[in-house]
Formats: sequence, structure tokens, C-alpha cells
Amino acid sequence: MDVHANATDARLFDYLLRLGDNALVLCQRLGEWVGKGPVLEEDIASTNVGLDLLGQARLWLTYAGEVEARSRGQGRTEDQLAYFRESNEFRNLLLIEQPNGNYADTVARQFLFDQWHVLLLGQLTLSRDERVAGIAAKAVKEVRYHVERSSDWLIRLGDGTDVSHARMQSAIENLWMYTGEMFAVDDTERFLIDAGIAADTQALEPHWQSSVNTVLEEATLEAPADRWMQGAKGRGGKQGMHTEHLSHLLTAMQVLPRSYPDARW
Amino acid sequence: MGTGHAHDLSTPSTGPRSSGASSSTAAVWRALGTVVDPEIPFVSIVELGIVRNVARHAKEWVITVTPTYSGCPATRVIEGEIRQAVMASVGVIPHVVTALAPAWTTDWIAPEALRKLHDAGIAPPGRVDASAAEARPLRFTRAKPSVRCPNCGSFRTAELARFGSTACKAQYRCSDCLEPFDYFKPH
Repeated sequence: MDVHANATDARLFDYLLRLGDNALVLCQRLGEWVGKGPVLEEDIASTNVGLDLLGQARLWLTYAGEVEARSRGQGRTEDQLAYFRESNEFRNLLLIEQPNGNYADTVARQFLFDQWHVLLLGQLTLSRDERVAGIAAKAVKEVRYHVERSSDWLIRLGDGTDVSHARMQSAIENLWMYTGEMFAVDDTERFLIDAGIAADTQALEPHWQSSVNTVLEEATLEAPADRWMQGAKGRGGKQGMHTEHLSHLLTAMQVLPRSYPDARW
Repeated sequence: MGTGHAHDLSTPSTGPRSSGASSSTAAVWRALGTVVDPEIPFVSIVELGIVRNVARHAKEWVITVTPTYSGCPATRVIEGEIRQAVMASVGVIPHVVTALAPAWTTDWIAPEALRKLHDAGIAPPGRVDASAAEARPLRFTRAKPSVRCPNCGSFRTAELARFGSTACKAQYRCSDCLEPFDYFKPH
């Protein structure tokens, strides 16, 4: 195989894992709310968001396996990638793996991610890789709805009672240090941005900041002050360096296929 | 996707093409018209706009479908039922190919199916203005759609939850007759 194509595919595989793992890990987190959401309607809504993300994760990871096959001669299936990788092989953002906490924590995590996710997917619809563009075009329609919902909740809780306001403000404060990683472009991404395949997330930051600030203001919440950002210097979730929370999550998510390999419904 | 068989998928395909459709192609479309969405079993997958193309290559049939939502659990069931229905009609198990682009929209749902949704107590989706959806600011300034109660016809309705019984619906309640109902979200 041509050396250049191979270099692109090796990076594309990694990039597709980043996209797929964000969706997969957040889906698992939202699934933890099943049966104990604050109200029945929210229990259903948050798991439906998880369902959309699961569908997106399958599309990204299936493609990742195909790219792996064409660059290394052998590729893994979506299930092998989901269930038989260790935490240091996952490429999701640190923000995504943070625990559910109270409902304000869950809403804050979703809101900060959705506002970024919708911009990212919008850019990816223009990708030179047709498959990436097609998956993004499908997913962005779903995520536009997610961002409306999480913004609604941020406003409802932020501009709610004293207790809900305080919890929402503290949730945003606590998660803010994980948002820098979303806009940190490393060598893998730079290579793929130059090839017209990946989205330039650095360029998305002002747009994200502006949308986030508008909603925070409407929610009567304060935008956190600038601070040190976790994982923004190329040593974060996108490079496989995770918080301990991911290992706990994976233990629950992977136990069945690891205990009973090839188990079927 | 990317099978090379797909024809122009940019327009709604809600039935057999009148020009040049052979009798067996028409039979396959009729068979597909008997396959229903398991979540809304009174609407066929052809009416929903899920079937994008039917093509024949020598003895092989290729049915191109597109998922409604990427995580929709009905997709797998529907593929199996397509194989069965086409097998029963023309005696060949078809290849079912999934195309993601262009992405499915509720604008592809046939008018007849919108009426069926209404009659079943599900408020049908309004038109999606794609350009408006693109331009919509990503913050809290959206206008809530005015949804008509499928029970009493009142427009005095309110959203209860962003999702209803399935990913494609939201939960509403009528402020006049007080009945809760599902709203098929414009997508």
C-alpha cells in the first residue's frame, strides 16, 4: 500500500475512535440513569439521547474497524472495539467520563459537550472523507435536538430555585477545567485537518464560547473564570490518558462479553 | 453505503417509479408496502420514506434503506422483514443496503401516513424547513412549534418532555381536553 495513504489511515483510525468513544462512553453514563431519573419523563429523555449516541458510536466504530483492516490487514468489529479495549486504548474526552453526580452535574456535562458536538459534526459534514461526512450529516440532526434539550435544562435549573441555581453553578465550575481539551489540536488532528478530513476544533472555540455564554446568561449563571485546563497539552483522554472514572465505567460496560465471550441474545 | 447501485437518492421515494418499472419491480414495491414499522404498525416503511431505492442486477435484488434515527432499535427488525417480504414475493432473498446520506427527514413521510398518525392519536410532524434548521441559533431562542391536539384539535398544547415513547417522538399534553399525546418530531 502507498505509504501516504497508510499514514492517513493510521491517524484516521485514531480519530474515529475519538468520535466513537465520546458517543459510546456518554451513552453508558446516561444509561446509568435508567430507572432512577429525577422524573419519569427525564429518565426516558436522557436514555433516548443515549440511544442516539449509541447509534452514532456504532457507525463510527464500524468505520474505524474497516479503516483498521485496510491499513493493517486486520480490523476489529464494533463489538470488539467496544468491549475488548482497555481504558488506555479509549480516546474519549475526559469530560465525557466524569460521573453523573446529581442531575445538575449530568446536565452540565451534557450541555458543555452538546454545544461542542453540534459544532464539530457541522464541520465534519464538509469532510473530504465521504463516509465521515455522511455519518456526521446523520448525527448532527440528532445532536441539534440534544443541544436544545440540555440548554433548556441548564436554564430551568440555573434560573430555578436557590438550591438548583447553586448546584448548577457548582456543576459548571467543577467541569469547566475539562473543556479545554475539546479545542486542543494535537499532531493526529493537525495532520487530518490539513488533509481536509478532520474538523479544526481550535477554530470552533469562539463559536462555542459565544453560544455557551448566551445560555449561561439566560440561566443567570456566571461563566467560570479562565483557569488551567486538564488534558489540553496533548496528555488527555484523546491520547488515552484518563481519569480513574473511566476504568470503573468500563468494568460495568464490558463485564458480560468478557465473562461470556461471543454470548448472543 | 457506497455500493455503487444506488441511484438518485435526493428525492423522496414513496413508491414504484412509473416509467420503466417492470412488473417484478412493482411486485417488490408492493411487498415492501406490507412491511410496517414495529413501533407504528399501521404505517409502512415505504410510506415512512425509509425505502430509498429498489434495484435489480440480473437475479439479485438490492433494496436501499435509510435509518430514521441512528440508534433506532427497529432498524434491524425492519431489515429482516424486508428480506422475508421480498423472498415471499419474488422468491429471492434481497441484499438490504443502508444509505446514510442524504439523511432521513420526516418530510419524506407520505401525506396518507401523516393522516394515519393523526388518526392513531399521534400528532404528525410539521414540515422541516432545512435552511431554517441550519440557521437556527444554538441557544435558547427557539420558537416552540404549535402542535395540534390529535384528540380535540386544540392548539393550546404544551410540551411535557423532549422525548416520548420512542426517540422519534416528544410528549405533549392538551390544555383543553387534558389528554397527553405523542408528537412525531419534525426531523
